[in-house]
Amino acid sequence: MPEMTYREALRAGMAEEMERDEKVLLMGEDIGVYGGTHLITDGFLDRFGKKRVIDTPIAEGGFTGAAIGMAMLGLKPVVEMMTWNFSFLAADQIIQNAAKVRYFSGGQVEVPLVIRGPNGGGVQLSAQHTHSLENMYGHFPGLKVVSPVTPNDAKGMMLTAIRDPNPVIFLEAGALYGTKGEVPDGDNAVEFGKARVAREGTDVTLISYGRQVNLCVRVAEKLEEEDGVSAEVIDLRSLRPFDSETIVESVKKTHRAVAVQEQWRWFGVASEVASIIQEQAFDYLDAPVIRVSGAEVPAPYARNLELAAFPSEEAVAQAARQVLYQEVSA
Amino acid sequence: MVFCGLYKASFKGKGATVPAESENTADGAVETQEQQQGGGGSVATDGDRLVELYKKMVLIRTFEEATQRGFRQGKIGGYLHVYIGQEAVATGFLDAYKEGDRVITAYRDHPHVLLLGSDPKAVMAELYGKGTGIVKGKGGSMHLFDVEKGFMGGYGIVGGHIPLGVGFAYAQRYEETDHITQLYLGDGSISNGAFHEAVNLSGLWGKDGMNPCLFIVENNQYGMGTSVERTTAMTDLAAKFDAYGVENEKVDGMDIEAVLEVAHRAADRVRETGKPYAVEALTYRTAPHGAADFFEKYRTKDEIKQWRERDPIGQLEQKLIEREVVDEDGIEEIKNEMKETIQEVVRFADESDEPPLEELYTDVYTGGGVYTGEEG
Ligand SMILES: Cc1ncc(C[n+]2csc(CCOP(=O)(O)OP(=O)(O)O)c2C)c(N)n1
Ligand SMILES: [Mg+2]
Repeated sequence: MPEMTYREALRAGMAEEMERDEKVLLMGEDIGVYGGTHLITDGFLDRFGKKRVIDTPIAEGGFTGAAIGMAMLGLKPVVEMMTWNFSFLAADQIIQNAAKVRYFSGGQVEVPLVIRGPNGGGVQLSAQHTHSLENMYGHFPGLKVVSPVTPNDAKGMMLTAIRDPNPVIFLEAGALYGTKGEVPDGDNAVEFGKARVAREGTDVTLISYGRQVNLCVRVAEKLEEEDGVSAEVIDLRSLRPFDSETIVESVKKTHRAVAVQEQWRWFGVASEVASIIQEQAFDYLDAPVIRVSGAEVPAPYARNLELAAFPSEEAVAQAARQVLYQEVSA
Repeated sequence: MVFCGLYKASFKGKGATVPAESENTADGAVETQEQQQGGGGSVATDGDRLVELYKKMVLIRTFEEATQRGFRQGKIGGYLHVYIGQEAVATGFLDAYKEGDRVITAYRDHPHVLLLGSDPKAVMAELYGKGTGIVKGKGGSMHLFDVEKGFMGGYGIVGGHIPLGVGFAYAQRYEETDHITQLYLGDGSISNGAFHEAVNLSGLWGKDGMNPCLFIVENNQYGMGTSVERTTAMTDLAAKFDAYGVENEKVDGMDIEAVLEVAHRAADRVRETGKPYAVEALTYRTAPHGAADFFEKYRTKDEIKQWRERDPIGQLEQKLIEREVVDEDGIEEIKNEMKETIQEVVRFADESDEPPLEELYTDVYTGGGVYTGEEG
């Protein structure tokens, strides 16, 4: 199977849909002439022209709102947020218009819109440039929220997102743009609302999404080596719609679960995971579900502080040992 | 010549015989205009005065070049936005700074804090992510702060700081002071809603003398890879302020003497009237937008070369030589002095310790002490 990077996979997904469907257009800051700050749209301006690849001023509220308007008249805009941190300026448009206009118009309009860009931290960008916004956008009915972590899903979920007649919040793992993986040729559309088992196991389930999935896989390998523990890793990848079934089935098998997220603990996705497990698999649990989250502080700059602010392999391994009632070092 | 304290002081540790002129001055700190002029508002651009400004500009540039090296060596992380090519703007305007004034800008903020007299060692240490940094290693390059010196930050969201500055100006009049706010913003931020909302407020409140805000548009021709022409159909950025009743003008931001003249006149006027005023300084970022960029995609080598010929430091150098204020050896000497100062600054940053891990949980809430989010 051909290999490509996460970046190339996103590019392939968008380009194929643009070839297939004339209604698809791109907009965002520096996506055309500059090729995208993260080079996701490099070459698109030459290939599709300026009517379909729109360089915008730094006006997130304005251009996101305009994209919603285009979508209401049947176009299919894919908007790049240079990073999701800037989406707070567009949040009014996303939440008040994109998420709700179908409902408050009594179903008269639809909003086939994708907003995409890198989400999450890890490269010392400090407080204003480090956010994981899945819980924020996931909170609003009317929005779909996805978070692919493999190149295959990056492309496959992009195809699905563009084809979806609803607004999709497409959270990319910015830290992984350069990572490679297998992606089949052709249409590999990945259905929303289906989690992915990233690693099979029998003793404990590690549930995550975004770049933390890779961390969980590393921890699972370490647990296998050091403790002889077989950990299953689940990549949620689609947060709204959410796949309860896959995690519940896994917990029925392993009886123990750890939910890992980069975002803050309070009011986060991991809390949702823990709640679903206790509602649907309470009788199967051998230990309380533990959440591993980011520190409850705005992101710091200094490298050592930033490392301490995010879930570490050590913290996830400790949590797994804790639900396994193994000895845990203090 | 208090500014000379800058390099004299920094030689202290190296056995130099010249003592620092003021005990209160942090090593290597740039003295503020207030201290230099005893608060006088004259705009004499006589020789000595220009030499001082020249030294400041060279200091900033040398500092910025050191940050670029630090970034390449992996000692500085995150984003790094340098001011190379734009030095005359902040240097000229902050010459009109008076104690009690407030200054706010976006993320291209190193020169502003240095020119206000903050310790360059603390600034560099911040960039190096050290506990001795000016915000304890918590903010990095984009979030420098020195409230004691009047510097209210360093903000990373384009346009996000503009309303804050308008609020400072209101507070300054509310408290019945004659202080003003210098609010720096980029050409790119003018497309942002926050700009329009805030400038409208400023104009409105200025009608009652309640908004002594000096808007300084650092028009360096680009917001990242997008030129001003590709960002707005009406490219006269000063004139944007007309829509909100804020008087304005433009200045050649590559010419320190021109900037000085406007800066003092504009600052005096804002201070007197309590009304906002805007100056669009036409300048150029010869450096990449961040630590690196694909410049050839959005501008030509030729264009950069043409602007380099108007380099603010180069221009001033020529004037100093032509007017026989300093000769070429003198210029070399100043450059070497600044280089040594900055070497010392870098050494300090490099040798400082990382912040202690407990710092992760401080400053989340006022009065909260340590906050870990674990309670109830
Ligand atoms: C709201 C927002 N959108 C996008 C960005 C990403 N960004 C950082 S700097 C920049 C360009 C800003 O240009 P300008 O205001 O002209 O300032 P300059 O960098 O030229 O000093 C952009 C788009 C941001 N920081 N904030
Ligand atoms: Mg600019």
